Amino acid sequence: MKPPTSILLSLLLAAATPLFAQPEDSLKLKPSYYEVSDYVDDNEACLQCHGESKFVIEDPNTGRSTHELMYDERAIDREEFYSSVHKSFSCNDCHSYDYNVFPHSIETRLEEQLVCMDCHGYDETYAHYNFESIEIEFQESIHNIEEFTCWKCHDPHSYKAFMRNADDLEQAVLYDNNMCLKCHANFDRFSLLTEREEIVVVESHDWLPNQAAHFKNVRCIECHTEINDTILVAHKILPREEAVENCTECHSKDTRLMHTLYKFQNLEERKGGFVNGIMINNSYVIGANQNVWLNRFSLLVFGLTLLVIAFHTYLRIRKQKKS
Amino acid sequence: MATNRIYLYPVWIRLWHSINALTFLLLLLTGLSLHYSTAETSLIPFKVSVAIHNVCGIILTFNFGIFVIGNMFTGNGTYYRKWRKNLWPKLWKQFHFYAIGIFKGDPHPFPITKKQKFNPLQKVSYVFAMYLGMPLLIVSGIALMFPELISNTIFNISGLLFYDVLHVVVGFVLSMFLVIHLYTCTLGDKPGTLFKSMINGYHEEHE
Repeated sequence: MKPPTSILLSLLLAAATPLFAQPEDSLKLKPSYYEVSDYVDDNEACLQCHGESKFVIEDPNTGRSTHELMYDERAIDREEFYSSVHKSFSCNDCHSYDYNVFPHSIETRLEEQLVCMDCHGYDETYAHYNFESIEIEFQESIHNIEEFTCWKCHDPHSYKAFMRNADDLEQAVLYDNNMCLKCHANFDRFSLLTEREEIVVVESHDWLPNQAAHFKNVRCIECHTEINDTILVAHKILPREEAVENCTECHSKDTRLMHTLYKFQNLEERKGGFVNGIMINNSYVIGANQNVWLNRFSLLVFGLTLLVIAFHTYLRIRKQKKS
Repeated sequence: MATNRIYLYPVWIRLWHSINALTFLLLLLTGLSLHYSTAETSLIPFKVSVAIHNVCGIILTFNFGIFVIGNMFTGNGTYYRKWRKNLWPKLWKQFHFYAIGIFKGDPHPFPITKKQKFNPLQKVSYVFAMYLGMPLLIVSGIALMFPELISNTIFNISGLLFYDVLHVVVGFVLSMFLVIHLYTCTLGDKPGTLFKSMINGYHEEHE
């Protein structure tokens, strides 16, 4: 049981409601938000701080106040939240009501967070996402370390199922790779989870020809995960030494890209005779996108040329023998 | 039997030709390896192919520049000019010689002289190979080497796809040119005569 002084302190702190000098607040709540969520106004209790770059706290006893910057890690972009997969949620669907007390107590801040499986696991509604297999893959992944949760990559406040609905694959690749770079290009974040030395992505991939083109057109997980045909996005991140370094795993007719990046659109259709034709909508992968008609035609022309040369040579030899 | 010796291939031409031949052969081999590699097997390891292909592509490009500049400022350029005059009758005459005349012992319709290094078929094919094929191959190769420089879409298709197909098609056409070129080079007095010319610079013909 909390001592009376703590309860009093809590009540006083709760009264120290954060104040915002932002008269245009109402403009921040776009009509489109109300179309996707019944909790827009309720959520403002949190977003009036977490949806802003700064906030003001005031002590009602002394009247003193101060401006504080909202820490990036705790900031939530309304636009991103109301277009994310969790857009219809109330903050309290996932966060305890204790968060309605400000400042948040240390107990509240250290409360156990929900992870994907708590809502999505073993539920027929989400069976097609195959969260159970994702969970198994994660357990086998090198990411399975202390304090590493789904949220380290998939921010629940902004997550979009980008790959699943990718119209613009380049954007989807960018979105996906940014998930990795959030830690792998930010040593402060990276070192929160591991004692490992810093990985400089550009340097560790300096063996890769056309590095920029690769980073732009394929996801990190194309090479850094194990192919798994039962789930749409592989989650078993491999140790560095097991990452794909053999170029022909992608640059060949039987390219692994059809089992990874293009799995969503893998209709095995051939566009104008192109092998792995679906890929040429966005890119062209040397070796993987051979054109069967051009291959056949070139072989035919080459064969005929050799035949003519062989016949001509034969006639020359015959003539020489006669003379 | 008297031998006619004409100095037709100055040192710079022979050097240019050797570099061109060597780099083109390496580009052809590595290009084929890149195109037809599988995850299990490849003619040349992929990374090695990419490195060789890139280096040879750059050398070939500079070498092509030497060829163009050399032809602008030396007499060698004249051999590539006025190729359209009376084109079809000349082409037919030459083709007829290769197809029939050569087996009957007919004299060469366009004997090699100091002023006439190439026969009409050679002239046309060299002009197209060097002034159309090579620039297309080089431009598309540069586009593939620096894909960030090219636009994402060309004629409503991926820019990479456009340049890659162009590169592969032109590369194939020039490879066919190489095969035919090598064969026609055996049509001298003896099968090795014309190859020898490219080493010592002299065209030799027995009268």
